[in-house]
Amino acid sequence: MATLTHPVTVEEREPRTGGIMPPPAPPRDGKSEGPGPGFTPADRLRRYRIGLAVGLTPVLMLFVSFTSAYIVRQGLGDDWSAIALPPILWMNTIILLASSVTAEKARRMAGIAQESGGLWLGITLILGLGFLAGQWIAWKQLAAQGIFIASNPSSSFFYLLTGSHGAHLVGGVLALGYAALATRFHRPPETRRIVVDIATWYWHFMDLLWLYILGLVYLAQ
Amino acid sequence: MSEVHAEAAVHAHAAPTGFIRKYIFSLDHKVIGIQYYFLALVAVFVGMFLSLLMRIHLVWPMAHLPLLGEIKPETYLTLLTMHGTIMVFFVLTTAPQSGFGNYVLPIQIGAPDMAFPVLNMLSFWTTFLSFVIMLAAFFVEGGAPLHGWTGYAPLSAIPSAGPGQTLGADLWIISIAVFCAASLMGALNFITTTLDLRARGMSLMRLPLTCWSWFITAILGLLAFGVLAAAGILLLLDRNVGTSFFVPGGLVMTGVPVKHQGGSPLLWQHLFWFFGHPEVYIAILPGMGVASQVLSTFSRKPIFGYRAMVYAMLSIGILGFVVWGHHMFMSGMSPYSAFAFSVMTMAIGVPSAIKTFNWLGTIWRGRVRFYTPMLFAIGFVSLFVSGGLSGPFLAQPQLDINLHDTYFVVAHFHLIMGVAAIFGIFAGTYYWFPKMFGRMMNERLGQAHFWLTFIGTYAIFMPMHYLGIAGHPRRYSQLTEVKFLEPLMSLQEFITIAALITIGAQIIFVINLFWSMFKGAKATANPWEATTLEWTVPSPPPHDNFGGRVPVVRHGPYEYAVPGAARDYVMQNEESTVPAHS
Ligand code: HEM
Ligand SMILES: [Cu+2]
Repeated sequence: MATLTHPVTVEEREPRTGGIMPPPAPPRDGKSEGPGPGFTPADRLRRYRIGLAVGLTPVLMLFVSFTSAYIVRQGLGDDWSAIALPPILWMNTIILLASSVTAEKARRMAGIAQESGGLWLGITLILGLGFLAGQWIAWKQLAAQGIFIASNPSSSFFYLLTGSHGAHLVGGVLALGYAALATRFHRPPETRRIVVDIATWYWHFMDLLWLYILGLVYLAQ
Repeated sequence: MSEVHAEAAVHAHAAPTGFIRKYIFSLDHKVIGIQYYFLALVAVFVGMFLSLLMRIHLVWPMAHLPLLGEIKPETYLTLLTMHGTIMVFFVLTTAPQSGFGNYVLPIQIGAPDMAFPVLNMLSFWTTFLSFVIMLAAFFVEGGAPLHGWTGYAPLSAIPSAGPGQTLGADLWIISIAVFCAASLMGALNFITTTLDLRARGMSLMRLPLTCWSWFITAILGLLAFGVLAAAGILLLLDRNVGTSFFVPGGLVMTGVPVKHQGGSPLLWQHLFWFFGHPEVYIAILPGMGVASQVLSTFSRKPIFGYRAMVYAMLSIGILGFVVWGHHMFMSGMSPYSAFAFSVMTMAIGVPSAIKTFNWLGTIWRGRVRFYTPMLFAIGFVSLFVSGGLSGPFLAQPQLDINLHDTYFVVAHFHLIMGVAAIFGIFAGTYYWFPKMFGRMMNERLGQAHFWLTFIGTYAIFMPMHYLGIAGHPRRYSQLTEVKFLEPLMSLQEFITIAALITIGAQIIFVINLFWSMFKGAKATANPWEATTLEWTVPSPPPHDNFGGRVPVVRHGPYEYAVPGAARDYVMQNEESTVPAHS
């Protein structure tokens, strides 16, 4: 049962009109105490990071579902014949890892030093596009060997996993491009920082996801 | 950073002025909530209309319907598919969570808006797009699909399987995938908002149970819709590029051997129901939240066992993810896994019973005010119990094998997930209408609407249990001439007539809704004398909810009948209090 302490009077009002306006807000001192709507740049950064972490969960679930389908399908019947991975995948992997390093460089510059980091973002962007081009070449190489998406369950999964990852990576490229534009054009530095931060973390996630997918298709060989 | 700047940071948009920015592409969570609500209202009428066609066809199969003529078996399956799909996605997932949640959650937690307003607008318009794509399936060549709302493969995976299975089925899958994307955006917003935008003093254990239910529902959506999207992508590939994830080898479809080989229809079922079972909680949890809120307010008593209610919802959410296999007892799964799914399903009975017990405890000895929202909340509890009681039967694999494809299942899921959730929506509508539109709904029309709907619902769905036990199968188009079902036909007719009357009664609701919007008595800020924050602001609330001021929360959400307080309720932000003798 609720009991209340410190006595204060309650204003009388007519029945069925109980509403009262909230008390004036405490002065905003730029710091938020405890839980509550944040107003500082740090609060906004935290909010976007929470949003990103939450938003990546369904991406994870998508790939978890693909993985379980993969495992189930591999165990079914005897029609599974593994494909030989195109060697260019290794180079693509190195390109992607490098792009994470450059993205991180930009993120730190935008964060601590409040510099723009635009150059590093540009390099990341180019590396990202390089990775996508490399994946396309890998597909072409498979196709040249006559291995298409419907050729075999293992090739189905190869195209499915790399394709879905690529589609998500395109989103990352767009985010990086947006961040690069944001660093060039006048945006408040704290907003710029958020954009770069979120785009970079997303990029790192895509990087890890690629390593996971690579492991998955490699093990199936 | 200047004050103005800081404000803009959270509420990135000033009050818009033009019609388009204000009502169409609005960023205001309140407008978006109402948009969702009206989308669901349109959808529910489409869905009801389809069900009525089915009901009429079931008892008078030769009837010539305007426009449609005589209904063919494949048309019946189309109606069935689209009815189920539209109801589940565009009504039960849309109205209680995206509609009410959007409107009410930010105000209840003391926030000026959702965490990401632009994303919020996008998620509404994506849902809208998805609905348009779904309806488009009716109008393409071959018509809408006929694989049921569960889209079981291989029927769904092979375009030659039936008239609606070509373009119609593709549109159906694409619509669902778009819907997944929209729901994920929505869930992201709900979760971040709840975690990060609560007003000072609004600790998790002071959250109204509505907010808890929207929060948990959003988490379920976040985990479930990604899986459905994955399943949809695989199905589209099977249908259009010749992969075989779900199509078994050696299949002959309409006389023609199918090229695919080696896939597993069971894999589709696993993926689908891993989403599908949590989905039924996505439909019902917000209703539980609304019922709790309304029961407490109109009984003038605190929620009985607030913490137990929170933990019950959390455990329902968690258990909801491990029981999907109870939909597949008929699929020939191993008896060991069937046993495991059966036991886990029964376990959900425990938190469900806790919730029911606590609702009754809340009303018990309350000074109950029987306004329309309260009637619908009580109706919700009643339907939840009567629909829930048949659950443990179906959770027994041995019994389910007999009952699964009969009307027993139709009765069960309509009561618990269909109409119980609809009653939650009605309770929420009558409860928050004054806040949303600044006017009261007509009480007398509301009561008439309640009684007709309540009695009608039971008249429709209760007899179906009997039909099912007597062996009447479901998902069949024309059974009037089947010998062993003949004795059941008069009961079927009774159900159809009950459905006609009940659906007719919804016209009362629509009249009340639109009439009250313009002509209802003016509502005060807090007409129900409730305690949560949305009742501290004018009706309807200003653009940024609290007029630039940030509320500070000092009390729990259900402080009714506080001994010694000046009134029988204490609002969450009140600085109030009680004489020393308490
Ligand atoms: C106006 C009240 C309603 C009536 C009269 C009604 C009637 C029906 C009928 C006749 C069927 C087909 C049964 C069969 O032949 O197997 C059906 C199926 C179904 N209904 Fe309803 N319904 C109503 C409301 C709802 C609501 C609110 C929902 C939301 C959950 C819903 C969800 C479904 C689903 C999921 C199916 C199964 C579709 C399938 O098997 O693919 N219905 N309904
Ligand atoms: Cu289930």
